[in-house]
Amino acid sequence: MALLQIAEPGQSAAPHEHKLAVGIDLGTTNSLVATVQSGEARTLTDLAGNAMLPSVVQYQADSIVVGEQAAAAATQDPANTLISVKRFLGKTQAEIENSYGQLPYEFCEHDGSLAISTVAGAISPVTASSEILKTLKQRAEDSFAGQDIMGAVITVPAYFDDAQRQSTKDAAELAGIKVLRLLNEPTAAAVAYGLDSGQEGIIAVYDLGGGTFDISILRLHQGVFEVLATGGDSSLGGDDFDSLLVDYFKKQTGVSELSASVLRLFINKAKACKEALSQYQTVNVGLEFDGQSHKVEVTRETFDELALSLVKKTLRSCRRAVKDAGIENEEVLQVVMVGGSTRMPIVRSQVAAFFDKEPLTSIDPDRVVALGAALQADVLVGNKPDSDMLLLDVLPLSLGLETMGGLVEKIIPRNTTIPVARAQEFTTFKDGQTAMSLHVLQGERELVDDCRSLAKFSLKGIPAMAAGAAHIRVTFKVDADGLLSVSAMEKSTGVQAEIQVKPSFGLSDDQVANMLKESMTNAKGDMQARMLKEQQVEALRVVEALEASLATDSALLDEQELGALKAEIAKLVAVRESATTPTEIKAAIEAVDNASSEFAARRMDASIKKALQGQSVDEV
Amino acid sequence: MRYFELFAIPVDYNIDLATINKHYLELQRAVHPDRHASSSSRDKLLAVQSAAEINDALQTLKHPVKRAEYMLSELGVDIRAEQQTLQDPLFLMQQMELREELEELENAADPDAAIAQFEAQIKQLDKQYSSELAAQLASSDEQQWQAAADNIRKLKFVYKLREELERIEDSLFDD
Repeated sequence: MALLQIAEPGQSAAPHEHKLAVGIDLGTTNSLVATVQSGEARTLTDLAGNAMLPSVVQYQADSIVVGEQAAAAATQDPANTLISVKRFLGKTQAEIENSYGQLPYEFCEHDGSLAISTVAGAISPVTASSEILKTLKQRAEDSFAGQDIMGAVITVPAYFDDAQRQSTKDAAELAGIKVLRLLNEPTAAAVAYGLDSGQEGIIAVYDLGGGTFDISILRLHQGVFEVLATGGDSSLGGDDFDSLLVDYFKKQTGVSELSASVLRLFINKAKACKEALSQYQTVNVGLEFDGQSHKVEVTRETFDELALSLVKKTLRSCRRAVKDAGIENEEVLQVVMVGGSTRMPIVRSQVAAFFDKEPLTSIDPDRVVALGAALQADVLVGNKPDSDMLLLDVLPLSLGLETMGGLVEKIIPRNTTIPVARAQEFTTFKDGQTAMSLHVLQGERELVDDCRSLAKFSLKGIPAMAAGAAHIRVTFKVDADGLLSVSAMEKSTGVQAEIQVKPSFGLSDDQVANMLKESMTNAKGDMQARMLKEQQVEALRVVEALEASLATDSALLDEQELGALKAEIAKLVAVRESATTPTEIKAAIEAVDNASSEFAARRMDASIKKALQGQSVDEV
Repeated sequence: MRYFELFAIPVDYNIDLATINKHYLELQRAVHPDRHASSSSRDKLLAVQSAAEINDALQTLKHPVKRAEYMLSELGVDIRAEQQTLQDPLFLMQQMELREELEELENAADPDAAIAQFEAQIKQLDKQYSSELAAQLASSDEQQWQAAADNIRKLKFVYKLREELERIEDSLFDD
C-alpha cells in the first residue's frame, strides 16, 4: 500500500515530482529538442507544428531571427545570416578557410577568439549557437506552461575535440541551460534504439544529413560505448542529391541557364520530388517559369541511377572506418540510420548490402539523436531512480604535452575511459631555470604541428636549482563530458606553484559573464532578473538533491550534524523566497554546500561499499 | 592494497578478469558523475574524482606489468619511475637473440608459421615470469621483492617484444 508523504514545513512536498529535462540535438543544418513524457521520448514542436529548427541565425541591427525565417533571408542578407556555425566551433579562421573555402562572412577577432562581423557587431560561433539553444529552450518552456528546465543533454559529433566540446558547453551556458552531459551523437542514436541494454558488440551508425555525412563504428561492451573509428565527408548530404535532380530537370527541359529565382524553384521541386520518390515509384514534376510550362517524369529507377555514385561515395567512407576500427564487416551487429537522407530507399538498400544486415529504421532518422539524448536527460535529472543506464564514454583523441624538438608526449591515450586523471613528471632543462612553459595538445600524430593546440601556459616561480633537480608534476583531468583541465606544480622543495588553465578556444568564466552582460546591455534589469531566476532554480536543485539524499542516508549523520544541515537547508529555502539579488542566494547555496561536504563524502564512501556488498573477498 | 579492496577481490597477482569487470561496472554505477548529475557541485566533484580513481584502478589491475608494479610499490618498493636498467647479462643476451629473430620473421619462408612459433616463445616467457611473480609478491621476504622487481623489468621486455610482433603481423596482413 502506498503511504502518504508528509513533508516538513519549508520542504518540498514532492521530491520525486517529474522534472523537466530535455535532450538537444544541436545540428549543423537543423536542431531539435526532445523530452520524456509518461515514459516516452518525443520531440517538441513550435507553434506551427515543426520539430526541426533550421540552425540559422540572422543578425539585424536591433533584433535576432532564428530558424525558418532566418533561413529564408539567407539569399538576401548572406553576410548577416549565419548558417551551419557548428562547423566553426572551436576553429581558427585559417582552419575554416582551409576546409570551406570562400564563405560570405567577414571574419574578425573578438576577445582573442574567432568572430564574424555583422550589423549587430562581432558575433562568435558560440554566441550564434547559443541563440539556437535559447530558441529551443524557450520552445520547451512554452510547451510546459513556463516550467523551468532543470537540465539538458546536448549531443556532439563523436570526433569533436576538446575545443569544440568546450565551445558547445559555453554556448549552452550562455543560453542559460544547465548541461547535464555532452553526449556523442552516434551513442545517442544507439540509446534511442535501446541498444545500451541489449546485446554487446559492434554497432555502426550511418548518419547522412542535409549537408554532412558521418559514419561511426562503436563497440558496446559492458555499458561502455567505445568509439572505435569515425569518418565521413563534411560536404556531402541531402543537398547534393537535390542538385543531381536539378541537373536532370535541366536536361529534360532543355533549359541550361537558370536565373536565381528559377534555380530556387528547381531546387525546391527537386527536394520535393526526392522525398516523394521514397514513397512512390514514379513522380511527375511540373515546372512553370518565365511563361514556360514543363512536365518531367522521374521514376525511382532513374533517381537510383543518378544517386548511386553519391551513395557509393559514403560506402567508401564506411569501408575506411571499418578498416580503421580494425574489424570486419561481418562483425557489425547492428546498423543504425540517422539523418533525413537515410529515408531514400537507394541509401537503405546499399547500406544493407554493404553491411549484409537490415539497418534499423523504425525511429524517425531526423529525430533519433534528440530522442536518445532526451532518454538520457530523463535519467540524469533523476526522474528514473531505478534505471541502471550508465553510458561510459572514452576520450576521442589523445591528450599530450609538447616536449623537446617539437614532439608530443602523450599523457592520456585515446580511448581511455573517462573521467580520468593522469599525472606526469617533468624536470628543468637548464641550471637555475625558474619558469617552464607548457603546451597542451590533442591528436594522434607525433609532431606538435600536426596536433591541435589547446592551451599554452607557463609555470613561474620554480626555485632556482640545477638542471634536472626540479620535479614538475603536470596533471591532466578529463571529466565525463570529455572536457580537460590541466594543472602544474613544482613539488621537490615543498614550494608549490599551481596554475589552472582552460583550453584557449573555450571561454573563461569572465568571458562568459561578459558576453552575458553584453547581450543584455540594453536591459540591465532583465539581466538581474534572469540571474536571480537562475539562482532560484539552482537553489531548488540543491535543496531537492539534498532532501533526496537525506531521505535515504540521514543515518550517516549524528543528530547534531543532521540538525545543523537541516537548519542551513531551511535558511536556503527561506532566502530563495525572499532574496532580491542573485548574490544572496549564491551565498546561501555556498553555505549549504559547505555544511553538506562531510555528508557528501560519507555518502560517496557508503555507496562504494554498498556497490559491492555481498560480494566480499570470501565469496569470490 | 587499496585497489584490491576497492574492487573487493583478494590481494593476489593472479586475478579473475571477469569478476573485476563485473565489479567495475557496479562501482561505476554507484559513483559515476551521471549518477550525480543533479546534485550539488561538491557532490559532482567527488563523483568525478571517485570515478576517475576507479578507472585508474581498473587500468592498473588489468595490466599485468602495471598490476605488479602497483603491488610492489604498496610493499614499499616503487620502481615505476626508475631509470635503472637490468643487470642480467644472460637475459639481455637472450633478448638480443629474440630481437634478431623477430627482424627475420618478415623474410621467413612461411611467415605465418614463424610468427606462431615466435608467439609461443613469448608466451612461454610471459608464463614463466608471471608465475614466479605471483609467489614473490605474496611473500613477506624483502629479498623476494627485489627478485620481483627484476622479474617485472624482464616482463617489460617481453611485452615490448609482443608489441613489435603485433606490428609486424599487422604490416604483413595489410598487404
